[in-house]
Amino acid sequence: MILTLLQTLINGLLAGAQLAVPAIGFTTIYAVLRFPSFAVAGHMTIGAYAGYVANVTLGLPAGIALLAAFLVAGVAGVATDAGVLRRMRASGPLTVAIGSAALTIVLENVIRFGFGNDPRGYDLPVLRDWKFAGLRLGPVQVEAAGAAMLAMAILFLFLAFTRTGKMMRAVADNPMLAGLKGIDAETVARLANFIGKGLAGFGGMLVALDTSIDPLTGFRVVLSVFAAAVVGGLGSIPGAVAGAFVIGIGEEAAVLVLDPAYRTAVGFFAILLVLSLRPRGLLGERAY
Amino acid sequence: MESYLLAMAVFAGLYALMALGLNVIWGLAGMVNLGLVGFFAVGAYASAMLTTWAHWPIPLAWAAAAVIAAILGVVVALITARLKGDYLAIVTLGFAEVIRIVASNEIALTGGTSGISNIPGPGRGILTPPEFNFEFFVIVWGFAIVVAFLLGRLSMSPFGRVLRAIREDEMIAAVAGKRVLAFKVQAFAVGAAVLGLAGALYAQYNAYVAPDAFQSLITIYIVLALTAGGAGVMRGALLGSILVICLTEGTRFLGALVPGLAPGQIAALREGIIGVALILALTFRPQGILPEKPRVLSLNTAR
Repeated sequence: MILTLLQTLINGLLAGAQLAVPAIGFTTIYAVLRFPSFAVAGHMTIGAYAGYVANVTLGLPAGIALLAAFLVAGVAGVATDAGVLRRMRASGPLTVAIGSAALTIVLENVIRFGFGNDPRGYDLPVLRDWKFAGLRLGPVQVEAAGAAMLAMAILFLFLAFTRTGKMMRAVADNPMLAGLKGIDAETVARLANFIGKGLAGFGGMLVALDTSIDPLTGFRVVLSVFAAAVVGGLGSIPGAVAGAFVIGIGEEAAVLVLDPAYRTAVGFFAILLVLSLRPRGLLGERAY
Repeated sequence: MESYLLAMAVFAGLYALMALGLNVIWGLAGMVNLGLVGFFAVGAYASAMLTTWAHWPIPLAWAAAAVIAAILGVVVALITARLKGDYLAIVTLGFAEVIRIVASNEIALTGGTSGISNIPGPGRGILTPPEFNFEFFVIVWGFAIVVAFLLGRLSMSPFGRVLRAIREDEMIAAVAGKRVLAFKVQAFAVGAAVLGLAGALYAQYNAYVAPDAFQSLITIYIVLALTAGGAGVMRGALLGSILVICLTEGTRFLGALVPGLAPGQIAALREGIIGVALILALTFRPQGILPEKPRVLSLNTAR
């Protein structure tokens, strides 16, 4: 029994680490641009496929493929924002939010047009699960969690210590004050899009490593991603990380008592619970 | 070909009803609802179960479907009405997914992924298929026009005026002494009832319901219909739905136009075009083809 619970906890932590990356991406975009970007789903899928092209077509190692997932999704994020979403900003955040949902449909179908519907997998050596005192650990999941931790550490250092990072935090905190200080809001918006969508792509590949690469890779987990960000407090990066672990563990724990199909429903009920009890989320809405 | 066109006209009518339902929630009261397909699904399942298993008369089942969807709308509204639009968009999207998960997995209740089949329809088996299509064309569009008329009246009434006030500025409506939460909940219930009714009509027309029919893409169709037609206006919802059907069905013939595409690629193109259309509508004409006229009384022209 204790072993089962411990195993659930471990699985939850590993799943949470994967979830944390796109959740940070989502919350970063929210912190700076103030709308929930449903386009995160489409960019997660783009990242998963960019990683596939790098890893399988070009034969690069998975670590480099993750970098490719980040870069391609980040660039796509900047391009789609400049070309599509930025024009809607004047009509209000909800219009942009709906536009970002439409954008995800377009992106998914661009992928479907090019790659088809069949699920694909990465070219990874098949490794046996590590067994330790009755517990099982998947090497791929552990490595994915490690990569997630690394990405998060880099982001934290960037936001804490670089000038550009401080600029982003300033805009997230108070756009008007940041503007008075001469910080260009458009530059920061572009940066937030690059980092946010890049992290979505990175996270998309992490998720795809564990599941499969297909046009719905992003959409399938996007509710959990949203849930992580909302539970932690929309716009808060440490909140997104905390929320991701809550959702990750919650989903694994739910499988113990419910049909595995109800996994995705956990995020939904977590959102409802948090919004009724503590609407600002676990860590409030402060960006950093 | 004729029966195909009639079938498409029936679907246009169903979309019109859904767009009308969304119009109360979103167009009038300004609450986003990205989970509207969930209410449509609940209405469809309710009517399917009541007529197929409990052998209820069809009109009674339709009324029950609308009531059940409305009750669910009240629940969703009570939980979410105090939330900002951002959260509402996420929660409603999640709601539709949860409905779909329940429909797929509670096999004892819903038949699971294989769904419910052999749903009785009015006159099915007696009428020939083209006659049945025509009958439903009349039923669905009859409902759409009556509902559009009633909702049009509603939106002109004091009730509709308060909803628009809430949409424009909740705080001011509250300061003016309006019970904002109660109005929002009522708007959500009315909209959900119309969505549920649309679902019930669909179940009887299609004779078969399954979770696959209730994808979030349907929500996007309806959002597109309302955005293109003009949110806030009932005629806009009707016009937009016809446009959406023309778009989804017109692209069916893309394969013949662009040779050398795999069937999967054509399907991707058709779905992608819906996304592009919504983006274009939101960018270039967010107020729609039939924009809502601002109802402003200036002091010197006051009647």
